Formats: sequence, structure tokens, C-alpha cells
Amino acid sequence: MITVLVSGKATGETLLLTAPISFWGGVSPETGTIIEKRHPQFGATLRDKILMLPAAKGSSSGSSVLAEILRNNTGPAAIILGSPDAILATGSMVAQALYGVICPVIIVDRERFQELIQAQKLTISGDQIRAL
Amino acid sequence: MALTLTPEQTLILDAKGGRSFALEFVCTYATAVSASRLIPIASAHIDGCLFHGQVSLDFVKHFIALDAKVAVPTTLNVGSVDLIHPGLVRGEMLNANGRELMQAHLALGCAPSFTCAPYQLADARPAFGSHVAWGESNAICFANSVCGARTERYGDFIDLACAIAGFAPEYGLHLTENRRAKWLVNVETGRLDSAMAAIAVGHYVGRVGQGTVAAINGLHPNTDEDDLKALGAAAASTGAVGLFHAIGLTPEAHTLNAALQGFEPEEALHLSEAGLRAELDLLSTVKAGARLSAVSLGTPHFSITEFARLMPMLRGMKARIPFTINTNRAALKSLSERGWDKTLRDFGITIVVDTCVYVTTILDDLSRPVMTNSGKMAYYAPTNLGCEIAFGTLEECVASAQTGFVVQL
Repeated sequence: MITVLVSGKATGETLLLTAPISFWGGVSPETGTIIEKRHPQFGATLRDKILMLPAAKGSSSGSSVLAEILRNNTGPAAIILGSPDAILATGSMVAQALYGVICPVIIVDRERFQELIQAQKLTISGDQIRAL
Repeated sequence: MALTLTPEQTLILDAKGGRSFALEFVCTYATAVSASRLIPIASAHIDGCLFHGQVSLDFVKHFIALDAKVAVPTTLNVGSVDLIHPGLVRGEMLNANGRELMQAHLALGCAPSFTCAPYQLADARPAFGSHVAWGESNAICFANSVCGARTERYGDFIDLACAIAGFAPEYGLHLTENRRAKWLVNVETGRLDSAMAAIAVGHYVGRVGQGTVAAINGLHPNTDEDDLKALGAAAASTGAVGLFHAIGLTPEAHTLNAALQGFEPEEALHLSEAGLRAELDLLSTVKAGARLSAVSLGTPHFSITEFARLMPMLRGMKARIPFTINTNRAALKSLSERGWDKTLRDFGITIVVDTCVYVTTILDDLSRPVMTNSGKMAYYAPTNLGCEIAFGTLEECVASAQTGFVVQL
């Protein structure tokens, strides 16, 4: 099953986060880099990546941080969620409405998520997700 | 289940403009949290006045450009600036941006409450059983637990979208079944007073239970609203607590069975006086006798009943170090009507309104610890302000202000 929270087109390399992340305090609002020292992907950049998140966590201020990195063009190309997350969907919607930056946010079920993380590169259009 | 809209909601969505944009926003959020419908709300409390970055301001301005107005009575949380006492907050950029953000919210029809304790304002207190969309963790906890109103933990952008739309997604704490206490904490308060026992158990409930709704049994029968405020603020700091039940004290917990909605608790834990004291010890980063930079009270905002408790402790005395109390505009007015403002000033107390010492730059010197009686302030200050913190009772805070050192009574 696929639920499209924010619809759009995107193509990019995948970046799988193997632990949940709070964007607030965990991601630099200027550079889009993961700054949470204990995070397994510490130092990785979200910029232009198709972000694969099994689960999200943390403060609702994460919406502001996502919107801010999208405004600065240092944000991800798209976000694929393994479980529902309203905080990131909210941030992406704000960036789209205010700055015309499209960062699709899509929820997929566990099976599909496992399948998609095998791909190095993905392309997204509406509810279609394809490996490249 | 997919989201279903009423004909009224569909009409609003089709009409375009500000309210339509807000409702579309709420719909996406509702889909993300798997809500199947949207419900009308009686009020909103917006935690959007703290300047986090350009996006905060652009979002509000977008609504102003669309000529949007809030659809329900809406209060505002603290901002970055004290608008009544200009000059208290340092930093030119923060002052300009913070002020603009606060004023932009007023243009949308929000009330200039600028308080984290809107429940202290008679006309903003939500009715029992009413659905509201509130932001600010302590306000959410108080509205749900002490007022018996129903709100989820709304945050960034979505609180304002709900206020303009006039609707919220029906999920989480809006639903009766999710308001049931899942675990029970039996406390033995011993010689601790009601305020200290409340903060200790709040700190524990958030720390151990994270977001799970707790039933708390055994608090002092004279536990008052200020104590419950402090309990909720501590719990919502250490965990994602949106609701607690205090047996015999809060409106959905006249009995333990009512709080549990007839179910058995999934876990029952016991917290002795020693256990409670151990929680309080976690709040101080320094020991008794440490030299202080300042004393700060009123996180969340000091109520008029808290001022009433404080006043007799001040007579004829003087603070040797800076002493601030955060409160709301209504309380400030009440202080001057009662002539208490002079006593406070004579003691050396600075009253801060519209904002809070722990979110903005008011204190000059943070090289030494700051003392407070607030569990929330104690929890956040080391990270937010980068200072050491001493936690104590109200009496201890006043005594310490007079000596400049942490006094333990």
C-alpha cells in the first residue's frame, strides 16, 4: 500500500537512515547535514537524496527544520517513510506552499520499504516509485 | 481508513483562499496520522511566536497575503521579545524578527496573550470535554489533564492551520479510548510539600513512561492547580506526555477506576519519598552553597496565586543578585492593582512578560548557576541557556536570592 502525503516528481540516490532521527537538533538547518553525533549516519548530507526513513521521532520543531533546509536548497529530493509521520509531511507542505520546492513525501508498507532500500537510485512520480 | 470530509468542509476546501489552504494542510496532516474525519474545535493556542528562522515568518505572512483570519478564539504562546518592557531582550536581529513574528500573528486575529499558561486567563480556559487544538507542551498537558479538554500535541504550523481552518484531525487524545491511563504510579509523598511532590512525580512520569498516559495516586489532597501545572510541565519536558490523571484531583480521575476506564493497569509502580527526592536531585547540576548568577521563577508563567504565596516572603528584604519572574500581561495588571509591583521591585525582582527567560537572552551573566523552583526550567536551562542550574523550593529560591548562594532549608 502507498499513501502519498505530498505529491510530486523526484529522482535521486537513496539514503537509508538506519536509526530514527529528530530533524530538530539532529539536522543542520543550513547545510542539511546530519549533526546528531550518536546517529549511525552522522555526517551524511540529505541534500538531493531520496531519504528512506523506517521510523521518525522527536520534536514537532522538526517541521521547521525540514522546511528551512528545503528553502536553502540543502534538503532531500524526496522522503519515503516506512511508518506515518506528520512532522515531516508538514515541513514539506510548507516548503511547497511558500517556496515552490517540491519534496514528495510517501508512506509505503514494510514489504515495499524493504524492496526499495535495495535500490541505489529511485525515481518518483506521484504514487509511482521505480528503481533506476 | 481514508479521510472523509463533511459537505461544509468540502465547500471550504473548494472556496480557495486562506481557510482553504489551512484546511488542505489539516487534511494532509490528518492523512499522515490516519484520522478518518475532522472535528470542529472550540479554541486554539499557537506556539508559533518564537523566531526559529525565516520559515516561521514566511508561513504567517503567507496567510496574511491570503487575507486569512483565525476561525476560533486563538491565544498566542510566548514570543522572543517582551513587548511591554522593550530593552529587556538583547540582540537587535532577534528583537526585530521576534517582534515582527508576534505582530504578524495579531494580524491573523490571534489574541495578544503571549503566554505559555493561557489556561490562567479566564476567557481562554477550555471547557471540560471540548475539542481544542493547542500547542506548547505544558499548555497541552494542562488543557487535557486539569481542564479535561481534548487536544493532541500540536506543534509547528499545524496549530495555526487548525485555528484558521476551525477543524482538527480526530485522533490521539481527542478520542476517549486513548485517554485511558495505561500505567499506575502510587506515590508516598512523606514530608515533601505538595509542590515538590508534584514536580518529582511529573519528572518521573515523563522520564520513565515517555508518552504513556499515567494515573498518579497518593498526591497531597491539597495539591492545587499551580502544583498540577508544575507536574504537567515537568512531565512534558522529560517525556512526550500530553495527559496525566491525578486520582481525586483531575476531572477524568474522580476514582482510579474512572482513570483506568475500567481496565487493569498494564503496569503499577511504587514511588517512595526517597524515590521522589531522587527525582528532584536530578534537577540540580550544583550543590547547596554554590554561588549563583541569578534566580528565575515562572516557567510556565507565574500565576497570581503563586505571587500571593511569594509576597509575604519578600517584606523588608532585598535580593543581592538579579531575580526575574515570567508572567502574563493579565497578572502584571493585577499586580499593579494590588500594589504588589512595588514590593516586588523593592525586593529587586524584574517582571518579564510576553516571553520567558529560558527561551531568550534576558539574563546578563550565566557564568554561575541560575536557581529556579521550576522543574521545566531546570530541565531545559542547561541546554537552552548553557548554564548550571540549582533547583529548590520557592522559599529556598527567595532565601538564596538574599545571600547569592544556594540555600537549602
